Amino acid sequence: MIGIIDYGMGNLYSVQNAVKKLGFETITSSDPDALAVCDKLILPGVGAFGDMMENIQASGLYDFIKTWKKPLLGICLGMQSFFESSEEKGIHQGFGFLQGHIRFMEDPNVRIPHIGWNALEKNQNHPIWDPCSSQVYVYYVHSYYAKDMDPQDLVGVSEYGKMKIPGLVIKDNWMGCQFHPEKSGKDGLEILRYFLEDF
Amino acid sequence: MLTKRIIPCLDVKDGKVVKGINFVGLKEVGDPITLAKEYYEQGADELVFLDITATHEQRDTMVQVVQQVASEIYMPFTVGGGLRSIEDIKRMLRAGADKVSLNSAAVKDPDLIAQGSQIFGNQCIVLAVDAKKRDDGSGWNVVIHGGRIDTGMDLLEWVQKGVELGAGEILLTSMDTDGVKQGYDLEMLEAVRQVVNVPIIASGGCGSLDHFAQVFEKDCADAALAASLFHYGELRVQDVKMYLKQKGIPVRL
Repeated sequence: MIGIIDYGMGNLYSVQNAVKKLGFETITSSDPDALAVCDKLILPGVGAFGDMMENIQASGLYDFIKTWKKPLLGICLGMQSFFESSEEKGIHQGFGFLQGHIRFMEDPNVRIPHIGWNALEKNQNHPIWDPCSSQVYVYYVHSYYAKDMDPQDLVGVSEYGKMKIPGLVIKDNWMGCQFHPEKSGKDGLEILRYFLEDF
Repeated sequence: MLTKRIIPCLDVKDGKVVKGINFVGLKEVGDPITLAKEYYEQGADELVFLDITATHEQRDTMVQVVQQVASEIYMPFTVGGGLRSIEDIKRMLRAGADKVSLNSAAVKDPDLIAQGSQIFGNQCIVLAVDAKKRDDGSGWNVVIHGGRIDTGMDLLEWVQKGVELGAGEILLTSMDTDGVKQGYDLEMLEAVRQVVNVPIIASGGCGSLDHFAQVFEKDCADAALAASLFHYGELRVQDVKMYLKQKGIPVRL
């Protein structure tokens, strides 16, 4: 059973659909007890970082997520929450699973938000790449990105102007996608399948 | 490298796609789900669905369409037309749309942009603007209700305000070039480009492969939208992308 963490934000329907399409049962819930029985969890997210962390706290999910030891996939804002902090609309603490901080895109020569399909390049070899196309494109929508992360945790990266945007990060039981795998066509589904079947 | 997006636009009325549809080999040519799948297979980067249903009750049909599309294709799409409240926006996003586009409703109630982006994030709110050159040529005015009403508002002031309020993207349609098929309104697009830093989707006037290339070569827009060109099967999305690639424009193939 795959649990989709519902803290009142995010396009849960698309994530849920993509997971089902790949042959897995899902439950969508904000109740830690209901989520605790799942094999793997997905933390989606859109909106602002501070609101998300507040909603997670208010739903009584913070400690649950913080101490969850089975596989956890963070998507977009969910992935950002894995880092130490974010500067989006004030300074907010994240879960701190991964080293690094969420910063506003500082390159003055690019459009913000970063919207659209960008090439996802290998930062390191990893079995997640095996079923993917030789040139992977993924769909991004965001204005903040992870900086000063440990390169060992960085699996896939996209270039935007002068910036290197961490796209795919993996450490221990945590996997994070800054892009939306559920919206990234066939390669996106392969990346999601890797999490569901092999991670 | 971020690629330029090609976006087919579908007008939906009472759950069916309207405007001449002429796909060869498709049985249900008016079915939005079938068409969405076709465009997904063709390599479209996003889709835009415009609900042109007249009454509020019939909007439930659109919600069902959105749910079905979201459950069958794995690409981003925007829903617009007739969204007037936070509740309307929420309904579409919950049904699986990634973004909503606000047009006339945002002109009447700019706070809808502010509230929508606050609650759902800037990336969800596309400000759709239809504009027309003023008779004296001094600039462009924002028009609403499909071009029937000139608001007297200046285009450049309005897009700046929209972005300040929280719009994450501008879908800009020129009423001067729309339907004429002589190319996008590059002058208007460039003017908007100068005053806002969010991505711009060019709309209105595309009639050939070269029109797509022009808008990207001049860096007037980040995405190009077209409707009839694709619906009538005059061009396929992958033909456009192959052409752009040859011209050195980054596209997802």
